Amino acid sequence: MKAQRLGAWVAIIVGASYFIIPLIGTIEFSLRMRRGEYSLDAYQSVFSDASFRETFGYSMLMALLTIVFGMLLVVPTAYWVRLRLPQMRQVVEFITLLPLVIPAIVIVFGYLRMYNSSSYLPLTGSTIGTNILLVFSYITLSLPYMYRAVDTAMRAIDVRTLTEAAESLGARWTTIMFKCIFPNVMSGVLSGAFITLAIVMGEFTFAALLNRPAFGPYLQLVGANKAYEPSALAVIAFSITWLSMGLLNLVSRFGKAAPAKA
Amino acid sequence: MSFLTLTNIQKSFGPVQVVKNFNMDIQKGEFVSFLGPSGCGKTTVLRMIAGFETPTGGTLTINGKDQSALKPNQRNIGMVFQAYALFPNMSVHDNVAFGLKVAGAQKPEIDKRVKEMLGLIKLDHLADRFPYQMSGGQQQRVALARALAVKPQVLLLDEPLSALDAKIRVSLREEIRQIQQSLGITTVFVTHDQEEALSISDRIVVMNAGKADQIGSPFEIYNTPATRFVASFVGTLNLIEAKVVDPDQNRIQIGDQAITLKQSVAAHKAGETISLALRPEAGSLSDSAKSDTALTGQVVSAHFLGSVIRTRMNVGGNVISFDMFNSPGTTPPSAGETVTLRFMAADLLVIRD
Repeated sequence: MKAQRLGAWVAIIVGASYFIIPLIGTIEFSLRMRRGEYSLDAYQSVFSDASFRETFGYSMLMALLTIVFGMLLVVPTAYWVRLRLPQMRQVVEFITLLPLVIPAIVIVFGYLRMYNSSSYLPLTGSTIGTNILLVFSYITLSLPYMYRAVDTAMRAIDVRTLTEAAESLGARWTTIMFKCIFPNVMSGVLSGAFITLAIVMGEFTFAALLNRPAFGPYLQLVGANKAYEPSALAVIAFSITWLSMGLLNLVSRFGKAAPAKA
Repeated sequence: MSFLTLTNIQKSFGPVQVVKNFNMDIQKGEFVSFLGPSGCGKTTVLRMIAGFETPTGGTLTINGKDQSALKPNQRNIGMVFQAYALFPNMSVHDNVAFGLKVAGAQKPEIDKRVKEMLGLIKLDHLADRFPYQMSGGQQQRVALARALAVKPQVLLLDEPLSALDAKIRVSLREEIRQIQQSLGITTVFVTHDQEEALSISDRIVVMNAGKADQIGSPFEIYNTPATRFVASFVGTLNLIEAKVVDPDQNRIQIGDQAITLKQSVAAHKAGETISLALRPEAGSLSDSAKSDTALTGQVVSAHFLGSVIRTRMNVGGNVISFDMFNSPGTTPPSAGETVTLRFMAADLLVIRD
C-alpha cells in the first residue's frame, strides 16, 4: 500500500517536472538579458516593441471577433439541434470534431483555393476580406471546443421546456434566444470564449499563410532573430493561456454555485 | 356555444396514431381534466391546444376562432409544466413579468400586475428570489402566476403536481382550483392521478389509447363507468363475469346464482357473457344494510387497512372485494367462511369492453 503511494508520488513529481523545469528554465533565461544579474530587460524590450503591441492588439481583436461570431453560429446551432433536430446531433458533433483531425495547413490551403483573388468569392483580394477569412478560420479551429462547451451547458437546462414556456408567454425566437437561452448557457459560452482566446492568441499557421500581422507569426519571427525576447514572449503567451484557464475555472465554479435548474 | 372545441382531432407520429378522432367541447370557465395512463395521448392533446404539436387532422377553435394557423406565441394560452420551467436567470418578479414585457406593457402596469399575481399565490415576499432558491411547490406556484399574469384565454396544466411530494400536492391542487374559480378561467388539466382529477374537476375525460373512453362529471365517472377501462382505471372496482339468462327481465347469472339487474341487458342474447362492475364500498355483510340483492360466496381473505377491512370473497369463480368500516366491535370474517354480500342492484353496472 505504502509502496503504491510512493510510486504515485514519484509519477506525479516526474510528470510535473517534465512541464515545470523547462518553464522555470524559460523564465530564468528571460531574466538574464543583463549580464551578471537578473532583470526585466527582455520584457521591457518586448513591451516597447511597436510590432508586439500591433500584433498582440490585432490577435486580440481577431479573438474577440472569433468569439462573437463563433457564438452567434454555435449557440443557435446547438439550440436547434437540441430542440428540433436531435437526430442530427451525431452528424453535427462529427462536423465540429473535424478541425481536430484535419491539419490547419490543409484547411488553410483549402480556403486559399476556394477564396483566392480569382475565385467567385475573392476574400483574399483585400485586407478586410483576408481578415474576415482569418476570423472564419479561427471559428473553424475553435469549433470543437466552443460547440462542446455550449452543448454541455444546454444539457444542464431543459431547453425544450424553457422554449415552450417562453413561447406560451408570447415570446418570439429572438427573445427566447437572447433572454431565456443565452443567459442560461453563459457559463458554457464563457468557457468556449476563453479556450478560443487562448487558441487564437498563439495560432501561427492560418495567420502566417494568410499573411496577417498576428501574434503567432510575430512570436516565430522574434524567436528566429533574438535571444532573450523569445523566452519573455513565451512566458507572456503562457500567462495569457493560464489567465484564460483560470477565468474558465472561475466561471465553472460560479456556474456551480448558482445551478441553472429548469 | 362552447369556448374551446376540439373536433375529430388526430395526431400521428410516423406510423403510430397517438390521438384518434378526439372530440370535446369545453365551456368558458370550466375546469376539465384529462385523465389516463402514460402514453394514452392526454399530453399530446394538451400540446396541440397549446400549439406545440400540429394535429394530423381535425379542427381546434377557441372562442370560435380556428387556431390551426396560429403559432404557440400567438394563441394567448397560459401553460404550467411538470418541470416548472421557470427561467433560471430571472428572479420571481422577472419570471412573472416576462409575458407582460413581451407584450409591451409599461413598467407601472407590469409591477402592478406582478404584485397582484404574487399576492394571489401568496409569495409576494419572495419576489427577489431566484428559482434555485425556492422549493418545488413555491416554484410551481410562481409558474402558475407567470402563466396567469398575461390573462390567457385558456390555462393548460401539464401534470403540474407530479414532481411534488404528497402533502404539497394536495394543498397546491386545492389552491389551483380556488384560483381557477376566482378568476373564472377555462382550464385543462392533465394528470394520471385519479384522486387529483376527481377532487378538482368540473368534468373529466378518461383517455385510453388515444381516444376519450368517457367524458363526464367526477361523480359520473366514478359511479357509472362506461367502459371496462374506465372502471378499472378510476378507483377500485370489482369486474364480474356474468351470463345473461333472460334479457327481457334483466336476469343474469353469476356462478350458479341468478339475480335481476336494474340496468337493461335487452341488447344481449340469452347465454351471452357480459361484464359487470361493483364498487367495494357498495356491498355489505350486514342484514340491516340498505339492499335489494345478495350474493353468497366463500371468504378468500380479509385485510385490515386501518379505517376499513377489505374482504375478498369467491362467487362462482369471480373474486369480489368489499369494504367494511372498522369499529371496535367488528370481527373480520375468516378465510373459508360462507358469507352473504348484500347490495343495491342499481350499483351493479353493465359495462362495455
